[in-house]
Amino acid sequence: MIAEIVRSPREIRRARYLGITYLLLAAFVLWVFGIGSIGEGTAEFGMARPIDTFNWIPNLPVPAAAFGIGVAVALAALGGVQLFRGFGRWQNRVLALSFVLFVFAFLAWAAAGKSFNLVGMLRTAVERSTPITFGALAGMLGERVAVINIAIEGQLLAGAFAGALVASITGNAWPGVAAAIGIGLLLGWVLAVLAIRYRVDQIIIGVVINIFVLGLTSFLTIRILAVNPHLNRGIKLSSWRIPGLGDIPVIGPIFFDQTIFVYASLILVALLAYTLFRTRWGLQARAVGEHPRAADTVGINVYRYRYFNVLLGGAVAGFGGAYFTIGTVGRFDENMTTGRGFIALAAMIFGRWHPVGALSAALIFGFADALAGKLGILQTGIPSEFLLMAPYIATLVVVTGIVGKARPPAADGQVYVKE
Amino acid sequence: MSEPEDQGTPEPAAAPAPRPSKRLGSRLFREITGVGVDWRSALLVPLLAILTALIVGAIIIALTDIDALRNWGRDPGAAWRETAGTIGNAYLALFKGAFWGMKPWSETLVAAGPVILAGLAVAIGFRAGLFNIGAEGQMLMGGLIATIVGFYFNLPWPIHLPLALLGGLIGGALWGGIPGLLRAKTGAHEVISTIMLNWIAIRFMDWVLRTDFIKAVGRQDPISKDVLSSARLPQFFPNDPFLRLHAGIVMALLAAAFIYWLLYRTTVGYQFRAVGYNPDGAHYAGMSVTWMYVLVMAVAGAMAGLAGANQILGPLGRATPGFSAGIGFDAIALALLGRSHPAGVVLAGLLFGALEAGGRQMQVATDVSIDLILVVQALIVVFIAAPALIRAIYRVRTGDEAERITKGWAA
Repeated sequence: MIAEIVRSPREIRRARYLGITYLLLAAFVLWVFGIGSIGEGTAEFGMARPIDTFNWIPNLPVPAAAFGIGVAVALAALGGVQLFRGFGRWQNRVLALSFVLFVFAFLAWAAAGKSFNLVGMLRTAVERSTPITFGALAGMLGERVAVINIAIEGQLLAGAFAGALVASITGNAWPGVAAAIGIGLLLGWVLAVLAIRYRVDQIIIGVVINIFVLGLTSFLTIRILAVNPHLNRGIKLSSWRIPGLGDIPVIGPIFFDQTIFVYASLILVALLAYTLFRTRWGLQARAVGEHPRAADTVGINVYRYRYFNVLLGGAVAGFGGAYFTIGTVGRFDENMTTGRGFIALAAMIFGRWHPVGALSAALIFGFADALAGKLGILQTGIPSEFLLMAPYIATLVVVTGIVGKARPPAADGQVYVKE
Repeated sequence: MSEPEDQGTPEPAAAPAPRPSKRLGSRLFREITGVGVDWRSALLVPLLAILTALIVGAIIIALTDIDALRNWGRDPGAAWRETAGTIGNAYLALFKGAFWGMKPWSETLVAAGPVILAGLAVAIGFRAGLFNIGAEGQMLMGGLIATIVGFYFNLPWPIHLPLALLGGLIGGALWGGIPGLLRAKTGAHEVISTIMLNWIAIRFMDWVLRTDFIKAVGRQDPISKDVLSSARLPQFFPNDPFLRLHAGIVMALLAAAFIYWLLYRTTVGYQFRAVGYNPDGAHYAGMSVTWMYVLVMAVAGAMAGLAGANQILGPLGRATPGFSAGIGFDAIALALLGRSHPAGVVLAGLLFGALEAGGRQMQVATDVSIDLILVVQALIVVFIAAPALIRAIYRVRTGDEAERITKGWAA
């Protein structure tokens, strides 16, 4: 492959930086996680929960110091190869692998001498990543047709509110889900009309929708929900174990003993990854986002694609928002999404505007979220706030192009005026 | 980068004035509104936007008045009177809380100070073609430095207060300069990086307020030590606890005057606006676009940092996790309403201050919560940003097209 042989100076420099980063990481792991946990004992990773089918699976004992040193050696080896030979098109996969190694070395160090339910935490991570996945998919649907949606936060919050309210009125979670999708559609329509028909600056609309939804839902919470508790009585969908798949050890409880929201997000990712990149519809939609004029010239209806995708994105975000109420706690609280919409935006960018990328980024961010909740128990001395910060810092690193470059659709954010 | 011509959106900021006027009033007016917009429509859109937003707010109050809604079926007359009464009382309380007497005016001006400063932070970015969504984070960082200077040093107030304010300025400028630098050096879009930096700042505050250095002694919750009185902004009526008016509003007005001077009376300001109008053109004219992006964002961050310091050294006296209270986001709406001009920002800031002060009174006097103000503010911006909506509702001529500030994050 010529592309692999001929590399630009920029690429070569980046590959070197990456190699040096691996070596530094290896030294850090060796010092802190390896030598640092000598004499700390063994980390006991719980591989099942009491309610699982195979709940008799024994804990996985990991000698922390030996594992840390092993990971350090592996990272150093990867760094050496990266520095002198490079991994070519495997570069990103190797990066992902070393990230996973680093995380497990950290966990072994943190849990040394204690037992730690790994499967339980990974299950929480998948659960926490779900609204981020939906939000990222919503943003991606819009930006693939060049409409920037930073109103994800507002759409999630509105979905959460509508879901809780309608579920409480009807006494059934499913109408709540439908209402959340409906309100998401409505907000998507507002965004689409203002952005496409009235050509208002898309970022401004996003900011405004976020402020509007925050104001309105808080207003309604105080004025209606607080004085009528039966309108916010916490109706929720419980998790449903998929027969067969849910019984698989380790993977079952993590992925297949969850609520409908988790399954829907996984199905949606697969569906969008297929339709966006393997169908005529996807090709035309991407053309609208990359070069609307050219798309128009070959007879693609630019406006119709933009309306459709922004509306669909709104529905997806609204559905994802219902997770916050119907999918977990049931009851609605003011501003309960607390910036998840912006993490979703980050996940979309981090995942390079690709459904599978968005899911991977959401899983990583969800993992950081779940781990932040466990840091107190593990008594590592690391403030959980720094883990909660990680998604934003990672996104900053990606948009600056230090590690890999995220490129948005070429016409992103620009109005299109038909000639 | 340059927009295609078919957009039909002339940038009002950079268009040269055809007839230079000696009178400050008409000159300011022209600079705020841009040329080619007549008096009538230039004032009409903001006023109609405010009016429409208040009407929509009234409708929301009516639709959420459950007791009255139940009455509509039985006794429409009584239901109508009740609904009208609720709306009337709420808006009357809003007006009285903002303007009726000394205390309301004091509260309005206290609330206007930080939003004017934060609004300037967004407006100066708009003038240079940068969308600064990061005022919230810049406020937090500025406020944090002001807090530390405020409790750590023990100095006479003529030194301590300016030092604390300077700390706020620098904290905001550094935090604001980061996205400018990233934009200039790597092309990372400032909208993304300021959003991310906002959340980094929020999480950082959560952590730093729990450290022993910052946290108040003997407190379990994350609250900073108290700022010494020598670093507090002086009050106008120190003997009256109900009149909280402090020097913050004066500082905000001075800052607005400074930004006006900077933008319209200095070479640097001219370069800011030139970069905003056409970065490529500015580059070929020999300006350093890179340096301008950093400088603009640093100045913007400094204003937001000052807004944070204003809150800490003014009414609050210490830092809590959410002390910025969303002012950094209101500032975006405010800069748009004020057409990104310092004088417009001051007027819009007074309006937002009045809405805030009045909204608190409305929440106390009636059972309409202050969150309605957020809704009203959002609606005002929608109508300002999309004049076509106002045109469609009122069948008036509104002059210009939708405002276009950002160019998306595709290069």
